[in-house]
Amino acid sequence: MSHPIKSPQFKENAHEALQDAQLQKALGKIETGAVARRRSAAEHLPEFERLRDSARDIKNHTLAHLDLYLEQYEKRVNEQGGHVHWAVTAEDMRQIVLDICKKANARIVTKGKSMIGEEVALNDFLEKNNIVPVETDLGEYIIQIRNEAPSHIIFPVLHLNKEEIEEDFRRVHTNLPVGRNIKEPAELLAEARTVLREKFLAADVGITGANFLVAETGTSLIVTNEGNGDLTQTLPKVHIVLASIEKVVPTLEDVSQMLRVLARSATGQEISIYTTFSTGPRRKEDVDGPGEYHVILLDNGRSAMLAGQFRDMLRCIRCGACMNHCPVYGAVGGHAYGWVYPGPMGAVLTPSLIGVDKAGHLPNASTFCGRCEEVCPVRIPLPKMMRHWREREFERHLSPATVRSGLKVWSFFALRPTLYGFFAGLGMNLLASLGRTKGRFRWLPLAGGWTRYRDFPVPQGETFQSRWKNRQRAEKKP
Amino acid sequence: MSARDTVLGSIRRSLGASGNETMRGQTVDDRLARHPKGIIPKRGEGSKAERLALFKTMIEQAFATVSILKSSDEIPSAVAAHLRSKNLPMEIRRGEDARLANAPWQNEKTLSVTTGPSDGKQLAAISHAYGAVAETGTLVLVSGPENPTTLSFLPEHHIVVLDAGEIEGNYEAVWDRIREKYGRGIMPRTVNWISGPSRTADIEQVLLQGAHGPRTLHVLVIDK
Repeated sequence: MSHPIKSPQFKENAHEALQDAQLQKALGKIETGAVARRRSAAEHLPEFERLRDSARDIKNHTLAHLDLYLEQYEKRVNEQGGHVHWAVTAEDMRQIVLDICKKANARIVTKGKSMIGEEVALNDFLEKNNIVPVETDLGEYIIQIRNEAPSHIIFPVLHLNKEEIEEDFRRVHTNLPVGRNIKEPAELLAEARTVLREKFLAADVGITGANFLVAETGTSLIVTNEGNGDLTQTLPKVHIVLASIEKVVPTLEDVSQMLRVLARSATGQEISIYTTFSTGPRRKEDVDGPGEYHVILLDNGRSAMLAGQFRDMLRCIRCGACMNHCPVYGAVGGHAYGWVYPGPMGAVLTPSLIGVDKAGHLPNASTFCGRCEEVCPVRIPLPKMMRHWREREFERHLSPATVRSGLKVWSFFALRPTLYGFFAGLGMNLLASLGRTKGRFRWLPLAGGWTRYRDFPVPQGETFQSRWKNRQRAEKKP
Repeated sequence: MSARDTVLGSIRRSLGASGNETMRGQTVDDRLARHPKGIIPKRGEGSKAERLALFKTMIEQAFATVSILKSSDEIPSAVAAHLRSKNLPMEIRRGEDARLANAPWQNEKTLSVTTGPSDGKQLAAISHAYGAVAETGTLVLVSGPENPTTLSFLPEHHIVVLDAGEIEGNYEAVWDRIREKYGRGIMPRTVNWISGPSRTADIEQVLLQGAHGPRTLHVLVIDK
């Protein structure tokens, strides 16, 4: 589906999300779910931390030689009878998909889960051109019939409960008998399986994403638990792979290193159920498989990211660990971020892809607690890059005037430590004596943004710096 | 300018490279030729018996079931027993793999065996694995008329025969075997790593077995 960019309204979105009791309940399950499972998987593999280093190094090496590995990858795909198409923009990618579908006289197209498909808003475009796209990942299918965007890159319907999904199935599956019980997740799954089985067998073209591309062999690979990606790519006569240029790694050994950190970081599994390596179309002796194999490589701003401060972001393997561990994502969910990629990785990537003028709130929605960087399987310095975006926003005069003047006042004092210490000490003393009786302020001038929602605790009278100084002095004395 | 030239040109501008530097080219060629292994978990190291034990533990954790057979002559009776235990009709689909074709199917008079890919009408299918990886309890299957890919995904119940001698410690050992068989830089059309029956946790993070692929996965390990 094509969804308008709502990142500029992050504050309003976040406010709504905080009021949404159902969403809050769903988000509350992340800590005991994905977070706990990742921790357990990491603890069960003594080599996990070294594998993270290895994964980071493989990506860094590949990015530094990206042009050469892409050429090698393309050569191998061609040798195996596949086709590589290059797309500079999202529009290019949509058009290439449409052209392939038209040549195949496609009416129904099945789709495995693809974040690139979401990024280029493919479904909406295909529908406008009278081709029916059918999402086959259970979560993506539910998202599609609700005409929504996914709220998580691994668990697209993290924000929904089973009652809402039952309602959607009753609305869309018109053949469903009224008396049929589909209250429980297992019954909902059985219903979806039945409906989608027909689509798998009827589809003319199957579209999947790619978790990785392998330059050595011209291979694309997908990782799934449902098996939907395999049915999507094996049954129709044409298989189209949507990939972005940074998905390539050099060798089969390299991709094996990446796979060892991917599932553990994403779902806490030792490995996903299905890892499928696809190389070219059906061979002459084959009795199944697609007759045509196309890979479309999307740039959409990524080659420019290679140049500057955001190159590290191109290491991302889309595991979702950063959002699972993010207190801000955990409070507002994925839709608040207003576009395809939520959480810390979205806060860094989204401004690169749609512009910091539209997505400036995202890198600001962080406490810099650093948990995302702690768990990132390829060690992307996400907080540092969010800070880069804040700097750019400031340089381009995109931040509001109050923020800018406030920062100017603060920097004046911060550059003059003696003055800073003097005024900070004065302020703390004043607040301490004013609030001594109650121990908290219900209202403070210039701090309404804080006191509107919670009390402000009264300072204890001393500043951190003066206490530190006293401590140092005390330690020097014998 | 073609889209290809635009993208590659933009990458090179960002990297400050022309694409013709001898050093960069050599670095890439060298990595492709040497394909260094990186960090390999120790847990896969061990004797054949230890690898079999680890494979079994890992894939059972992912809800697959495993039977150990002494000879491939036992395949037909093991298949019949498995179908009976699941209350399934006595029908199984297989590919042209000689190791499956040569099993004494005539011993199971009530079992109907057909060959070919799946068109979605079969309830149960049997494939022969190319090998397996003990590290994560992962079966490795390759596409072809011997073991058509559709048999692994369309039927509700999948049985996979695995030679215990082909259980490797890690993924890298399988890649070595594939390079040796198919040639450097060449892959079969599809290589499937399968580590359990299909599942989803999309609805309320509740784990459910049997999404779009098979609901059950049964492994017959031939350990002579």
